[in-house]
Amino acid sequence: MLNMLHFSSLYTLNLPLKKYQMDDALFYDRMQFAFTITFHYLFPQLTMGLSLIIIYFKGKFLKTQLDKYNDAAHFWMKIFAINFAMGVVTGIPMEFQFGTNWAKFSELTGGIIGQTLAMEGMFSFFLESSFLGLFLFGEKLLGHKLHFLTGFLVFLGSWASGYLIIATHSWMQYPVGYEILENGKFVLTNFSALFSNPWFLPSYLHNQAASMVTSSFVVAGIGAFYVLNKKHLEFGKLFLKTGVVFGLISSILVAVPTGDLVAKNVAKYQPVSFAAMEGLFDTEEGAEIVLIGQPNIKEKRLDNKIAVPNILSFLTYNNWNAEVKGLNEFDESLYPTNIPGLYYAYHIMVGLGTVFIGVLLIASFLLYYKKLYVKKWILWSILFLIPFPYIANITGWYTAELGRQPWLVYNLLKVSEGASPTVSAGNTLFTLLGFIGLYLLLGMLFLILVGKIIYKGPNTLKA
Amino acid sequence: MELFWYIVLMFMLGVYVILDGYDFGAGIIHLFFAKTEEDKSAITKSIGPFWDANEVWLIASGGILFFAFPTLYASSFSGFYLPLIMILWLLIFRATGLELRSQVNNVMWHKIWDKAFGISSLLLALFFGLALGNVVRGVNLGIVENGVSTQEAIYFFVPLWNAEFSPFSERLGIIDWFTILLGLLAVVALTIHGANWVIFKTNSSINKKLKGIIFKLNIVLCVLVLVSVVVWGKVSENSLQNFINHPWLFVFPFIGLIGLLNLFRIKKMKKDGLGFLSSSLFLFGAFASTAAALFPVLLPSTNTVNPSLTIYNTAADAYGLSVGVYWWVIAFILVIVYLIVQFRVFKGKMDNVPYGHH
Repeated sequence: MLNMLHFSSLYTLNLPLKKYQMDDALFYDRMQFAFTITFHYLFPQLTMGLSLIIIYFKGKFLKTQLDKYNDAAHFWMKIFAINFAMGVVTGIPMEFQFGTNWAKFSELTGGIIGQTLAMEGMFSFFLESSFLGLFLFGEKLLGHKLHFLTGFLVFLGSWASGYLIIATHSWMQYPVGYEILENGKFVLTNFSALFSNPWFLPSYLHNQAASMVTSSFVVAGIGAFYVLNKKHLEFGKLFLKTGVVFGLISSILVAVPTGDLVAKNVAKYQPVSFAAMEGLFDTEEGAEIVLIGQPNIKEKRLDNKIAVPNILSFLTYNNWNAEVKGLNEFDESLYPTNIPGLYYAYHIMVGLGTVFIGVLLIASFLLYYKKLYVKKWILWSILFLIPFPYIANITGWYTAELGRQPWLVYNLLKVSEGASPTVSAGNTLFTLLGFIGLYLLLGMLFLILVGKIIYKGPNTLKA
Repeated sequence: MELFWYIVLMFMLGVYVILDGYDFGAGIIHLFFAKTEEDKSAITKSIGPFWDANEVWLIASGGILFFAFPTLYASSFSGFYLPLIMILWLLIFRATGLELRSQVNNVMWHKIWDKAFGISSLLLALFFGLALGNVVRGVNLGIVENGVSTQEAIYFFVPLWNAEFSPFSERLGIIDWFTILLGLLAVVALTIHGANWVIFKTNSSINKKLKGIIFKLNIVLCVLVLVSVVVWGKVSENSLQNFINHPWLFVFPFIGLIGLLNLFRIKKMKKDGLGFLSSSLFLFGAFASTAAALFPVLLPSTNTVNPSLTIYNTAADAYGLSVGVYWWVIAFILVIVYLIVQFRVFKGKMDNVPYGHH
């Protein structure tokens, strides 16, 4: 559903796929889902990671009784509060949109994905919402230990939410534990299969580690900002150190083992998407890994290619000379809808992930030798990298979603079969424009308010 | 199994109406009756720690609807497309107003978000009333034209209005005189409910005035209830059938009536929570009576070609429904624990609770 770049179908000649028209309701259904989910996911990725970092600060305070840790927790709680509110308000439309815009999909698969989505409401949202208020404003009322506990419960709620969403996502990527009735409805036959799905755990851990990377760069980046600005130096250094350490661990976990396992799943269960992601047209033994290049679908080759031989075979099958299937191996009717979009999304994600590991390794090295706070070039690098984990997270999701196209439920139900039959293009465009306007406003408010908090800096007066 | 999930769904929606109902009502009181900064702040403080969790009852009900009655979820959410998306926008506005107001200490900023909070609360009360009206009235399932379905039997689409504004019109709209009637009823009922909450949870200076307002609005509410019941009988023929077949169901309208009439004693009540209890009883009774009148129908069909959507023809498969019972019961016990914790921490008047931004 995240396929934003349908224009690719212009390039894919002779495909038996429906070409999208600008007056096609399906086109706007997809644009609206893509827009609202992309905007929404800017917030939960920070919520999930930052909640862990905040309870780390709070835990440090409980252990050391040093006020700076509690002040640090307070500072990030202020940003967390706004970020969380944004995540909640942009999250509500997500659950509604399955019904409003994807009614056919909901009708056919609701007995299965409704299961995990309803669990998210019951287990996660109640937990988060009941304790968020106490966590944000109840410190004096509760005392420090109970306050730490409310923080932990909010963290647990947000990670449970991710857990159930990715269980849902995994079923769409690799359907298990189901049966299809004569009327086309999917019914659940095995509940525990939803969670033992081989697609699920690697994806979940990959996603959580990636959200930790975002949060680590935000924390370290703001720290770098204070150090470069020579303001709030003590906090600047604390944020830098914490962010760099959390960031290094999580950015490595994103690649190994989680990213590696996710890629192997794609190669195993969606080989045609894997070939498209990697930009591999011909089946090769000792397949090369493409670093840079532009896919030319018409001519079936990559332009301006820079590649390293044998690496892809090794990464995929732990064998330097293993055969990796290229796109030419498959019938064109099986191709992902938007091959260039998928290829770029994947390469941007992997490229950025590599940059993060590199920068954080250098930063950790400098931290160890007590040079981190004085080397301006690394501080500037960390500061400017703040937006990029967001891009990596979003393009990672695009990779998963574009890779699944044209399927809603892989190999079983097409995107074009899932939209609401009675909602016209005009109505969807109307609401899409409304969402764009409203979210632009929200985005501006978020930046202004968070900017204000960052500029003011941590409050060292005892709260 | 369908019956179990129907009761769960209605119970959760009922809790939502009572809990978020007082949030909306508090917003309306805030908009029209709170004049001083202290009173306004007392009102927002009184719902501050609760509103987010209250709203989750709606989200979680939506989840249960999706899971247990996916066909109804698909049919109604796409058919009521525009009003639902507008409800989403209003929920976003209201939440933003509540959360961002305190972020900047500036009179203009406060004014903007106070209005956003108040107006969206008012409109949400109206929209939910309209929604209830639409469900009670029914829709043209399968979009039947000249006796022939033009869509699959479960799908429909209702525009916001048509020129006639009549529930008997060939082409129905979200807004007609019947649904507007229920919209007004919802606004008045929730205003009373919100006023009772403010009296219950704050020491604000308008509490005494609010009691007078509740008394007057309650007269209006009685009239609206009476008119709605009579008109409903005209709009749908079988509105009383369930009550005639199962007289014990009269317990629901009876509970509602006790709550409604008890509100006239508002000025004499010794305890501040009693008014809130009364309006809660009324909301519960009214909501349960409506559900009981429709049962087992969830969305009536206005044509004779396609059958109404019931709990039986929209439910998910039996295995999924029965496995859901296990996790739902566990989750529900946890929810009760959270609620007890919340209400114990924030018991009594909220004005002086040391709770707020540091």
